[in-house]
Amino acid sequence: MMSEKVTHIEEHRDDAASKLGMWLFIFTELLLFGGLFLVYSIYRAQYPANFHEASLELSVTIGAVNTIVLLFSSMTIAMALTAMQKNNKKLALRLILVTLLMALVFLVNKYFEWGAKFHHGLYPGSDLMALLERGHLLYFSLYFFMTGLHAFHIIVGMILLIVVYFKVKNGSIHFEKYFLLENGALYWHLVDLIWIFLFPLMYLIT
Amino acid sequence: MSNEVNKIEYVSYLEHQGRFKGLKSWIFATDHKRIALLYMYAIAAFFFIGALLGLLMRFELIAPGETIMKAQTYNGLFTVHGVIMIFMVVIPGLSAVFGNFFLPILIGAKDVAFPRLNLFSWWIFVFGSVLAVASQFLKSGPPDTGWTFYAPYSTTTGTSVIIATTAAFILGFSSILTGLNFLVTVHQMRAPGMKFFNMPLFPWAIYATAWIQLLATPIVGITLLMLIAERLFGIGFFDPNLGGDPVLFQHLFWIYSHPAVYIMILPAMGVITEIVPTFCQRKVYGYKAIALSSLAIAGVGFLVWGHHMYTSGMSENARWFFSLLTFIVAVPSAIKVFNWISTMYKGSIDLKPPFLFALAFIFLFIIGGTTGLILGSVATNIQVHDTSFIVAHFHYIIFGGMGFAFFAAIHYWLPKMYGRLYNFRRANIACIIMFIGFNTLYFPQFVIGIQGMPRRYFDYLPQFQTGHMISTIGGVILIFGLFYMLINLIKGARKGPKAPANPWNGSTLEWQIPSPPSLENFDEPFEVKANPYDYK
Ligand code: HEM
Ligand SMILES: [Cu+2]
Repeated sequence: MMSEKVTHIEEHRDDAASKLGMWLFIFTELLLFGGLFLVYSIYRAQYPANFHEASLELSVTIGAVNTIVLLFSSMTIAMALTAMQKNNKKLALRLILVTLLMALVFLVNKYFEWGAKFHHGLYPGSDLMALLERGHLLYFSLYFFMTGLHAFHIIVGMILLIVVYFKVKNGSIHFEKYFLLENGALYWHLVDLIWIFLFPLMYLIT
Repeated sequence: MSNEVNKIEYVSYLEHQGRFKGLKSWIFATDHKRIALLYMYAIAAFFFIGALLGLLMRFELIAPGETIMKAQTYNGLFTVHGVIMIFMVVIPGLSAVFGNFFLPILIGAKDVAFPRLNLFSWWIFVFGSVLAVASQFLKSGPPDTGWTFYAPYSTTTGTSVIIATTAAFILGFSSILTGLNFLVTVHQMRAPGMKFFNMPLFPWAIYATAWIQLLATPIVGITLLMLIAERLFGIGFFDPNLGGDPVLFQHLFWIYSHPAVYIMILPAMGVITEIVPTFCQRKVYGYKAIALSSLAIAGVGFLVWGHHMYTSGMSENARWFFSLLTFIVAVPSAIKVFNWISTMYKGSIDLKPPFLFALAFIFLFIIGGTTGLILGSVATNIQVHDTSFIVAHFHYIIFGGMGFAFFAAIHYWLPKMYGRLYNFRRANIACIIMFIGFNTLYFPQFVIGIQGMPRRYFDYLPQFQTGHMISTIGGVILIFGLFYMLINLIKGARKGPKAPANPWNGSTLEWQIPSPPSLENFDEPFEVKANPYDYK
C-alpha cells in the first residue's frame, strides 16, 4: 500500500528554490571559466608581444558573426520564455527551434574556423606548434582549450534545450509551470555570456 | 485503501515502504536520511581501505632500506592513500553524511531542497570513487604523483594519472552539487519562524562549508581539466617544454586545496559545537561569534593558499603577505576553541562517549592548529617544508580533527539514526585506545621531521629509526582501536537496546522527534526555539 506521504515528497515543488539552485550552478560555471581567464591574463601579461601577433591570425569576421548569432539566440530563447508565460505554446516551440538552429550555425562556423587552423598544421601537439615561440604557443593552447570548452558548453546547452522542447511539446512545461524552460534559458544566457568574454579576449584585444 | 489520509501513523524511515523494495529502496532513495547512510557506508569502506594502506606504509618505514615493498610501490601507496583519504573520505565525509541527515532536521525541514539531485550526487560520488580505485589496477600502474598531482611530473609520468585526475574531477562535481543543494536548503527550507540566527550551529557550519564547496571546487576542476588536456593533446599550460609554467599549477591547485581543508574542518567544528553544550547542559557561549567565525574562516580561507608555496619561487612580498593572512585565519579557529572551553566552564559535565571524543578532538586540534602556525611563518616553514613534520601536522588536523569529529558525531547521533544504543564502556575504551595510538603514531613524526626526515621517502638514515619504529607501533594500536570501535558501533546499531527519543537530554530539534525519525521527519507540530541551546 502506497502511503500518501511519499507522493507528497516527490511532488514537492519550489520554483524559487530551483531558480536559486540554477543561479548558484551558473556561478560555478563562471568560476570554471574564471580560472581560465586568470591563466589567460597571467600569460598575456608575461608575453604581450606574442599574444598580440598571435591574435592577429584569428578572423575577426568569423568571431563577430558568431557573436551576433549567439546574441540573437539569447534573444529568441528569452522570447520563448515570454511566449510561454503568455500561454502561447506554438510560438514558444518555434522560438526554441530557432535558438537551436542558431546554436548549430555557431558550431558549424566554429568547425570551419578550427578546420582552417588544422589544415595549416596548427593544432595541439602538431609539429608546427612545437616550433612556435613560447607566447605564441601559449596563446594557441589557450585558444583551443577555451573555445573547445565553450563549444562543449554549447552542446550541453543544446541538449538541455532539446529536452525542454519536448517537455513543452508534451505539455509537462506549461504556462503555470515553466521553471525548467526558465532554467534552460538561464543556462543559455550563461553560454552566451562566456562567449561575450571570450570574443574580445581572443579576437579583439591586440 | 483507507480514507483517513490525513492521520499519519509513525513509521520509521528505515521501515518505510516506498516505491522500491530491498536494495533498490536504498540505492534509488531520495530520502535525505537514507542517502546519508549510503554515503556513510561507502565512506567508511574507503576509510578502512585507506587506513590499511597507511598501515602498509608504516610497516615499510619500520626499518631503513627496503623492508616490505619497492620504492615505486611506496610511491603508488602514498598517492592512493592520499587520494582516497582526501577526495573520498574527508572532503565529502561530515557534510555528506551528517549534513545530509541532520541539516534538514535541525532547521525543521522535511528534506533537502533537491532530493533527486542529492541522490544523483551520491551516484556521481560512487562513480568517481570507482574510477579512483580502478586507477590502481590499470596496466600502466598506480599514479605516483602524490595526491597533489604537481606538474610537470604529473604531465610526464607514465602512470595512470589521467584516470586518477578524472576521478578527482568527478568527485569535485559531486561535492559542488551537494554544496549547492545545502545552500538552497538553508535559504529556502527553514521552518517558519526559524531565522538564520535561530539555527543551531551545525547548520551554520554546513552552510559556510557549502559556500566553499561551491566557490572553490570549480577552480580545481578547471585545473584538473587543463592537466588532462595537457596529457591527452599536448596542450601546454604547465610543462615548460610545452611553454607552460609549473608554478602556475601549484597556485591553481592550492587556490582550491587550501579552502578544501576548511571543507574538511568546518563541519567538524560544527559537530563539536553541537556536542559540547549538550553534555555540559549549558547554553553555548558566544553563539554569534561561533556562527560568524565559520563565515570568516570560509572567507579568509580563500586568501592564504600561498603558504603551501613558500619554497616554490614566490616574491618576498607575496610570502610575508600570505604569512600574515595565515595568522589572521587562525583567529576565528581559536575563537571557536575558546568558546567551547568557556561553554564547559561551570557546566554539569557528563562524560559520555560523544563528549569524550569531542575532548579528544579539541586536544588534537589544538596541537594541529598551533603546529600550523609554525608552518605559517616563513622562516620556520622553510626549515620543515616537505618533512614528516608536515605529515604529522595534517594528520593532527584532518585525522585528529575531522576524523575524531566524525567519530564523535556517530556516537552522538547513532541513537537517532538507528534508534538503538551502543555499549558506552566499550566506546570509551575505543576512544582512549585510539587517542593513545594516534599520538604515538604522529607525535614522533614532528620530532624526526624537525631533525630532517623527508616526506614521501621510503628509505631514511638510521638515526630516524627509533622515531619511525614508535610511530609504526602507534599505527598498529590506532588500527586496533578503530576496529574495536567499529565492532561496537555495528553491534549497537543492529542489536543494541532501543534508544529513547532524547537520550542525551539535548535541546535541538532532532531530539524532539522519535528515534529513528519518520520519512518526513516532523509528523507532529514542533517548537522552534529562539535560542536552540536553551539549557537552564
Ligand atoms: C582521516 C584519516 C587520514 C587522512 C585524511 C590521511 C591523509 C593523508 C594524506 C593526505 C597523506 C599525504 C600523501 C602525500 O604526501 O601525498 C597521507 C600520508 C600518509 N599517511 Fe595518512 N591519512 C589518514 C590516516 C592515516 C592512517 C590511519 C595512517 C597509518 C596507520 C596513515 C599513514 C600515512 C603515511 C605513512 C603517509 C605517508 C607520508 C609521506 O611519506 O608523505 N594515515 N595521509
Ligand atoms: Cu593551506
